[in-house]
Amino acid sequence: LSATAAQRFLQDAAVKSADLVHRELIRRGMESYDAAHLKGRARIKDWEAARQKCQEVKREAINHLDRYLLQFEEKVISRGGHVFWAANGEEACAYVKDLAIRLGVRTVVKSKSMVTEEIHLSPALEKVGIKVWETDFGEYIVQLRDEPPYHIVTPAMHLNRGQIAKLFREKVDPGIDSDDPAYLMAAARRKLRQAFFAAEMGISGANFLVADAGVIAISTNEGNGRLCTSVPRIHVVVTGIEKVIPRLEDLAVLWPVLATSGTGQGITTYSTLIGGPRQPGEVDGPEEFHVVLVDNGRSQLLADAEQREVLHCIRCGACLNICPVFRHVGGHTYGTTYPGPIGSVLTPHLVGIKEFKHLSYASSLCGACTSVCPVKIDLHHHLLQNRRNATEAGATKSSERLMFRAWRHAMLHPRIYALGGWSMRKILRIIYGLGLAGSILDPMRVWNRHRSPLPLPSESFRARWRKDLGAN
Amino acid sequence: MVRTFYAELLASSSLREDAIAVAGRTFELSEFLVKVAGVTQVGATFPHAVTYHASCHGLRELHLRDEPLQLLREVNGLKLIEMARSEECCGFGGTFAMKFADISAAMGNSKGESVAATGAEFVTAIDPSCLLHLQGILGKRHVPARTIHLASILAQTGSAQVRP
Repeated sequence: LSATAAQRFLQDAAVKSADLVHRELIRRGMESYDAAHLKGRARIKDWEAARQKCQEVKREAINHLDRYLLQFEEKVISRGGHVFWAANGEEACAYVKDLAIRLGVRTVVKSKSMVTEEIHLSPALEKVGIKVWETDFGEYIVQLRDEPPYHIVTPAMHLNRGQIAKLFREKVDPGIDSDDPAYLMAAARRKLRQAFFAAEMGISGANFLVADAGVIAISTNEGNGRLCTSVPRIHVVVTGIEKVIPRLEDLAVLWPVLATSGTGQGITTYSTLIGGPRQPGEVDGPEEFHVVLVDNGRSQLLADAEQREVLHCIRCGACLNICPVFRHVGGHTYGTTYPGPIGSVLTPHLVGIKEFKHLSYASSLCGACTSVCPVKIDLHHHLLQNRRNATEAGATKSSERLMFRAWRHAMLHPRIYALGGWSMRKILRIIYGLGLAGSILDPMRVWNRHRSPLPLPSESFRARWRKDLGAN
Repeated sequence: MVRTFYAELLASSSLREDAIAVAGRTFELSEFLVKVAGVTQVGATFPHAVTYHASCHGLRELHLRDEPLQLLREVNGLKLIEMARSEECCGFGGTFAMKFADISAAMGNSKGESVAATGAEFVTAIDPSCLLHLQGILGKRHVPARTIHLASILAQTGSAQVRP
């Protein structure tokens, strides 16, 4: 019998959260991000106003998704591009796969895209014998390791340069003899250049779909995105329907806010707008341009008035970076395409509340995510709503329901509450007295496994109040 | 809890209006002293090195960042030492501490290390549940720092023994 997602999460979390080498590596990465993010925010005159504006733009887009998507589609088609509406991941994968087969594609280069991870596009293409190259440096590394991205912006942040050098020696070039980042980049570049020029198809995601201009906007730092979208003769964009924004001018605020929240940059090194295939008289660009608009559960989320704003997400990763749970358990532990707070909120909608409700409980509800979200998604309150939804759907354990019923009963009956407190103090005093704290007999053993037992008061607060405090 | 979450919990209940009314006249202690009563000097004396943990709900639900620190700075004899990552969650989180005991403890241990690194005799906060959790964490790790609620510090006159 295979373990459930929740059981795997608990097991992996126990291992990772006790791994202090992992914690230090992630903490160092996050602290340099924190410093850059703080500096980046200071460059924007009024950060709160910028967040507010981004929220308004995304809200407008999501509330009128039907209109803006059709406007985008019309523009793309008018310039000779193709648009495919995929209800789910299978439809999207099938479209890209059939297109690749029809056009005789043998090699694909990909720039970074979380949606393609979500729908498992690469395995679908590899199954029919197409070679897929991830060309983002971090994605290239995790592809070589045959593992999913650790983080939605920095996929290989869980590896240090020594581990990457070792990996490259095994998988890229046995002559690798340094762990200098520039040296390793150069080694990757030598391989990837060949792939760029061999590939017949380039696949990218999109950070934004601009409705009024009918273009896609991509923010990248390595230049691989431009190579993927301009060198091969076919360019396929795979993107979620929620990426649409109304106007080109909205990028004036969204681009810098995305870059600041993602990496602390004022703007990413490459900010690219692509409007379709090569036009008559143009010297470069792909011959074919396809946009695959992926729904895959997003329309369902759109119908949920309480959580619709989760579709505002621009995938900057700020909520992962600040999340103390993410910082301790790491990205892979979540077992989801999107880890961290946004993943815990989103995954139940994309995959199912039954299987992934545990992620909504795996939070102390500290609210750090909500405080940094550049589009002001009320993340931790949505976690709470997911908990409520799971409870109302009857997805909680019967032992837990019984416990809360007992608690409710005690809260409504002061005598029973007092009796419970009195007997717990008695029992614990005996158990602690016998030195059995943390043992199987200790009702507080889960607490006491990691903590020293709490000192037991001689009497209840209410008894003290009656005798002493209340009289003052 | 009272201020933000009662109204959410009772969203579809007839008690919702009452919850909102109660929230409107409920204050956190440091918030009340500094923002309502306009007091930062309460005449307390506490000649000890103290570090402050910014409790999540005070910080991010009630937006109390400076109020507790303003009060602590005015306590006679108190030496305030800032800890690393003072605004990172301690890992308590209610049932989270039991359901995800390992993650909760790992977060607590990180906080405990931050406390220990300051060398402070006391760690204080405005949320007793953080302190309940940290007391056990610090005890298990044999960190000499003790937990004390902000209210207990503000009630010290300096003459008697420290009573948490």
